[in-house]
Amino acid sequence: MESGALAIVSLSRRVAHSLEAWATRRGLCKDQHSSNITHNPTIRGRVKTLKLELRGITKSFGALVANDHIDLVVESGQIHSLLGENGAGKSTLMNVLYGLYEPTSGEILVDDKAVKFSGPSDAMAAGIGMVHQHFMLVPVFTVAENVALGAEAISFGGVLNLDATRKKIREISDKFGFDVDPDALVEDLPVGVQQRVEIIKALVRNSKILILDEPTAVLTPQETDELMDIMGQLRDGGTSIVFISHKLREVKAISDTITVIRRGKVVGSADPSASTTELAALMVGRAVNLNLNKSDAQPGEETFKVTDLTVMSDDGVRLLDNVSLSVSQGEILAIAGVQGNGQTELTEAVLGLRKHAVGSITLDGKELLGSSVRQVLDSGVGFVPEDRQDDGLVGEMSIAENLILDLYKKAPYSRRGTLNRAVIAKNSVEKVAEFDVRAQSPQDAANTLSGGNQQKVVLARELARPLKLFIASQPTRGVDVGSIEFLHKRIVAERDAGTPVIIVSTELDEVLELADRIAVLFAGRLMGIVPGKSSRALLGLMMAGLNAEEAQEHMKTQDAQNAQGDQP
Amino acid sequence: MSGTELNKPAEESGATPATPASKPAPEAGKESNGTQLVREIMSGNAVISVLAVVVALVIGGILIAFTDSRTTSAMGYFFGDPSATFKAMWAAVSEAYGALLRGATYDPGARTWQGRLGIFETLTFATPLILSGLAVTLAFRVGLFNIGAKGQIILGATFAGVVGFLIELPPGIHLVAVVLAGAIGGALWGGIAGFLKAKTGAHEVIVTIMLNYIAVSLVLYLLKNQLRDPNSTNPISPRMHESAMFPLLLGPNYRLHWGLVVAVLAVVAVAWLLNRSTLGFEYRAIGENPRAARTAGMLVSRGYITVMLFSGALAGLAGVTQLAGTEKLLDSDIAGSIGFDAITVALLGRSRPWGTFFAAILFGAFKAGGTSMAINADVSIDIVAVVQSLIVLFIAAPPLIRSIFRIKELRHEGV
Repeated sequence: MESGALAIVSLSRRVAHSLEAWATRRGLCKDQHSSNITHNPTIRGRVKTLKLELRGITKSFGALVANDHIDLVVESGQIHSLLGENGAGKSTLMNVLYGLYEPTSGEILVDDKAVKFSGPSDAMAAGIGMVHQHFMLVPVFTVAENVALGAEAISFGGVLNLDATRKKIREISDKFGFDVDPDALVEDLPVGVQQRVEIIKALVRNSKILILDEPTAVLTPQETDELMDIMGQLRDGGTSIVFISHKLREVKAISDTITVIRRGKVVGSADPSASTTELAALMVGRAVNLNLNKSDAQPGEETFKVTDLTVMSDDGVRLLDNVSLSVSQGEILAIAGVQGNGQTELTEAVLGLRKHAVGSITLDGKELLGSSVRQVLDSGVGFVPEDRQDDGLVGEMSIAENLILDLYKKAPYSRRGTLNRAVIAKNSVEKVAEFDVRAQSPQDAANTLSGGNQQKVVLARELARPLKLFIASQPTRGVDVGSIEFLHKRIVAERDAGTPVIIVSTELDEVLELADRIAVLFAGRLMGIVPGKSSRALLGLMMAGLNAEEAQEHMKTQDAQNAQGDQP
Repeated sequence: MSGTELNKPAEESGATPATPASKPAPEAGKESNGTQLVREIMSGNAVISVLAVVVALVIGGILIAFTDSRTTSAMGYFFGDPSATFKAMWAAVSEAYGALLRGATYDPGARTWQGRLGIFETLTFATPLILSGLAVTLAFRVGLFNIGAKGQIILGATFAGVVGFLIELPPGIHLVAVVLAGAIGGALWGGIAGFLKAKTGAHEVIVTIMLNYIAVSLVLYLLKNQLRDPNSTNPISPRMHESAMFPLLLGPNYRLHWGLVVAVLAVVAVAWLLNRSTLGFEYRAIGENPRAARTAGMLVSRGYITVMLFSGALAGLAGVTQLAGTEKLLDSDIAGSIGFDAITVALLGRSRPWGTFFAAILFGAFKAGGTSMAINADVSIDIVAVVQSLIVLFIAAPPLIRSIFRIKELRHEGV
């Protein structure tokens, strides 16, 4: 009875939520597009392309200038990448282009004619479609219903007619190899397919320019490759694409032209053949050493061991299944896997945050399982949680206080229950300087910092004391390239000081960069531990659920097939 | 069941299906809507508090003006002589607020010295408000909404009363014993809510409200039976022994007693606790972000229990000052409206110890001056209640004040 009521509440909330998000983005405007669905030249194959130009676009919020005289030309039938760090102004620019923000000055030209967008509907009418980082889909609707939403074809008597929409979806799906079933419920689809539904939505609405805002952030490596294929096909079919990203490898792989934005300004264009080092330097504004050039590990004694660790959720679901691994002093073990395959549970179990954990976790021969978080930290474990804002920092407290968040009980920061404010202040000044935290004052609240600087605060705190084990989850998520370099160096330095290090990351680039050995988790099970220099393809297969031997076997047969295919 | 609890499953099922419930669900991690509201109020600056009081007084003034008999009669010939109406309005408002101010501070026209120095009456009323306001403030800072000051005051006063009128002890020691007993009584009552919150996740707002009712009934039962004054037919206790009462601070002409000193010491202690001690550091971390506190090795549930013990003890002390300073005997209405005014005081003081102190004095002044206003300006004392309620309204709705005064909120727009 109650669970039924809860289900209804949950359902209606989700519908309402999605509708709300959708309505905001669409500017609550539908009438212009109802006709687009029925005659769509793109799908007929008769392609008309668009040239898009932004001239001197400036957008300021109060004193903050998010976009400063940006000029940009997107030629028809090109993939134009917009590269920049988090906060550089990429999304603001695209929101201006999509009619969500009105530019403070400057103009938008479509096919050399100046246009003015007062809302997303104007942008869509002009042939611009956008796929947001967070999808604007109604989870409980089917693909066809989602695509039709806002441009519904109505037959006699006000009955929704989805047949035309279904047909269009099939046409697009077949043409570009999307493999999308119009009658599937969106909530049952994997993230990568949901993204394709968003793309279909834009195409059905006759978009000739598609804006993709950080589309790969939510995808596995395989899904990313598939998206790249789709983007290439769309371009060949005549659709221009604006691809927003901060991932250098992807940008290089797919772009025709690259424009780099830094602090709201266009700082240059680059050719996709430019090296990643050049691109990174352009993006950050100084030379960045992307290759860590870390020396080989000098593994010492195996001091940290996890044996047959199983973690259950409160309702009895096996989140981690019989995992065994060990880390030596002076070695980095990276734990790779798609988000949500047990990595979080593993680190939380080590820290003592998990209730239903059985097996054994030992550090220097001492059992950690069953200890309180305090005891685990006191036994020399440094922990950088995956979600720094939720678990790593108290946003409203000052940077200085956050720098002692788990050290406050220790001398010299406090004595007999009294905080020593002078020492805390001095410590904060030192740490802020050492870790190059860009803050106006260490007394500012931690939530005034950017993501990268927040992460530096967490790392500075956790590396402040002598460690016997260092665990960092997603150490550089949402962190700009310049800070990534620094954070990686500190992590390697900790390894070189002889600490066993565990890095959990869903970004393969990071795993390959840091790892001496790589453990892959899938559905809570360990797929195997492979050397740090393993290939992306092998890791990708393991992340999809093959164990190390199967994956290697699979690669061999594929190689053999390729070799055979080359023969005739 | 509160709305928060209903939302939870909805949010969980909204997660990507591929993700097994990856976040731990510690009882500490849940955040009630109330807590969020408190945080918003706390993050507002002092200007908002001051403006809330000003706006409330202005609206109160309008009410006074329009209910004044001279104004209403002047309005009868408004179009003949509009200035007469405004003059009458001004006269009514200035007379009422003048009387309020004089009654709360210093009234040169009063016949007795006692009547002249209303400031001491203000401080007498403020004493229990300071202590109970601190109780609410302290719990706020750990993210708990202690609505139960009333029950804790009653239990504190009851415990203090048992020691104060049933037991005989040497002077000095007796008063100390009374104060301790009161603090323990309040702490026990608050601790129940803290314990239930920590161990079962029971929402403190509901538990403390229910405990208020239990406390009222409990004290009434005791007053009708074990604690009743044998010489009275009413459910009231015997008078406190002289040795169990706070000595008067300024001689027999004024009611102001040493309870005020206790209250000021409590402000200093709570300010030290919150800002200088490791325990307060834990409290603030738990209050702002229980998940991060847990990850940093703090015991969130222990924090909830201990803070409710402290909070209850402070409210219990408020009960002691009422009983051993002002009322001198226990009846079932010992807490009066103090328990709920404490919440307003803590909100107005933005959950800062010294802010609470000044807010309590302001409310003490309303009480002291309200009587004088009713007598000298013939304005209903209810207007004070209206002004107090309006203050709560404006404090609880910072955007309202912001829009009235066009104060811009710092916004982080997407860049």
